[in-house]
Amino acid sequence: MSKAVELKRLYGKGKKRKVLALFLLVISIFSAMVVSVSLGAGSPRFGDAVKVIASKLFPFLGIEVGTITQTIIWNLRLPRAIMAIIAGAGLAASGATMQGVLRNPLVSSYILGISAAAGFGAALAIVFGAGVIGGYGHYLVIANAFLFSVLAMVMVYCIARIRAMTIETVILAGVAVGYLFSAMLSLIQYLAPQSEAVRAVVFWLMGGLDSATWQSVQVVSPIVLVTVALMVFQSWNINVLSMGEDVAASLGVNSKRVLAITMVLETLATATIIAFTGVIGFVCLISPHITRMIIGSDHRFLIPCSALVGACLLLCSDTVARLVLQPAELPVGIVTSMLGVPFFLYILVSRRRQSWR
Amino acid sequence: MALRLTINKLSFNYASVPILRDVEFCVESGEIVSILGPNGSGKSTLLRCINRILKTQQNAVLIDGKDIGSFSLKELPKIIGYVPQTSTSTFPFTVFDVVLMGRKPYVHWSLSERDYEIVAETLEFLGIQGFAMRHFNELSGGEQQKVIIARALVQEPQILLLDEPTSSLDIKHQLEILCIMRDLAQARHCSVIMALHDLNLASRFSDRILMLKKGCVFAVGTPEEVLTKENVKAVYDINAYITNSVLGRPQVTPLPPEMNHGGMLRAHPEVA
Repeated sequence: MSKAVELKRLYGKGKKRKVLALFLLVISIFSAMVVSVSLGAGSPRFGDAVKVIASKLFPFLGIEVGTITQTIIWNLRLPRAIMAIIAGAGLAASGATMQGVLRNPLVSSYILGISAAAGFGAALAIVFGAGVIGGYGHYLVIANAFLFSVLAMVMVYCIARIRAMTIETVILAGVAVGYLFSAMLSLIQYLAPQSEAVRAVVFWLMGGLDSATWQSVQVVSPIVLVTVALMVFQSWNINVLSMGEDVAASLGVNSKRVLAITMVLETLATATIIAFTGVIGFVCLISPHITRMIIGSDHRFLIPCSALVGACLLLCSDTVARLVLQPAELPVGIVTSMLGVPFFLYILVSRRRQSWR
Repeated sequence: MALRLTINKLSFNYASVPILRDVEFCVESGEIVSILGPNGSGKSTLLRCINRILKTQQNAVLIDGKDIGSFSLKELPKIIGYVPQTSTSTFPFTVFDVVLMGRKPYVHWSLSERDYEIVAETLEFLGIQGFAMRHFNELSGGEQQKVIIARALVQEPQILLLDEPTSSLDIKHQLEILCIMRDLAQARHCSVIMALHDLNLASRFSDRILMLKKGCVFAVGTPEEVLTKENVKAVYDINAYITNSVLGRPQVTPLPPEMNHGGMLRAHPEVA
């Protein structure tokens, strides 16, 4: 069948490009990570960063590094960089999945009211719990943020179930639940007895990676890896859903089940990440769009590639956020938007083809 | 493999509003059956029930005597292909990607040689092999319809359902699509069931016609049996003149509503 061979060749050409894009992204994330950990206050330089990482990865080489350098790079900057990579990847993959399933370009991974719910949970812990971040209170904030995110998802799910799980109901219920939680969040901030706590809440809401440790990386990364892998497994279903629910049904895809599965996966990934980092916006909205413009809409490639774009974007943004106002830091959300928006607009204006109907 | 589709006392309600009532008919393999009826008579609903997009009561739709409820999610798409009324893709997929979706019931993750083969074969059969890598949303209506038919065909179905496949096409594409259906039925013994609005196309291409009125079967039979002046009047509420076309099938010429038969004849002496 020469026709089939020809078709395979044509299709293979596009596929090669996508695989190449994935490969290049992995390389650039890795190099960005090494550069990132070598930048900042204190003495370490690029060479030191390479040495520290090499000495930890290959202890048998016997590379000698100073203890201070080692502490700064290995215990402070590297977990933070890795957290940026994992958080960016998880948020962006969730965003790509939800945009695909709900077939809506304005959807981000916070569509189910997760950000407001997590904020409310965190504020509850900060203001009425132990009162300060740190020690017992720190874990309370994380647990609260996570639990309230899951609660928001459950609420949206139950409301949507009553109305037969259409995508419109999920989106509207998500928006409504989000408003409910942000009203309650405002109420807490308004009633909070100490202004210090209010400041802490505002700081949490802006999000940041400064509290990342190896411990938090160990908790977040397995959850994000597993959920993102399961999202990628839904790619075929999401592709078919883009032709409409009737067509999906005629091809044996149960759209309600796909929606329920992806909602749970997306909530687990997003809630875990923002419980540790606070609300980091924008990455989850914009990375899928950037990726779609570069490699197209096949979710088998779109979801993993989005994850890598998100990782890259958040890592670069966090590095810039650490550096511009030294020794102080900018909230990473500000930098993400300031770096991401011009890049996004550039692709939007220069692209040849409509990436959304 | 020859399959027989039986519709047995099928009734369907949308939120307690009855759409279909006691619909009964049979389709043999390789047969082309057109479903006719005015807007809202239940044509699309009937197709969607046959396809299990809408759930029906037990044993209402049978394939070779087996209730469609007993087929798994992956089995049914290998038997029944579906071409909806309108198709748009939310995302910019290529023609190849869109056609490939029809392989969903067969594919787990990556593609086999068979997947490439059947997609290539089908694109060639429909004469659209040239634009495998073009974007679906950038094609004309007629080309899009062929792509959607290709998607249904790569499912390797024995029964093909089409919901008004010609309604937005120009006359050349209308004929092309219906000729393809005839080839399919004759060469591959695929049963074709389509909802149509154009009585004359139905007359020309169908082996049998099912006429629906308010969710009930009003008439079923060959075009000659079904397309009579009386039936057209009763179902569509229009007066029509039925003649034999050059192809030997009934030709329906609808008359303007305000004119009675005599007026029409006076205005158009040639039909006398």
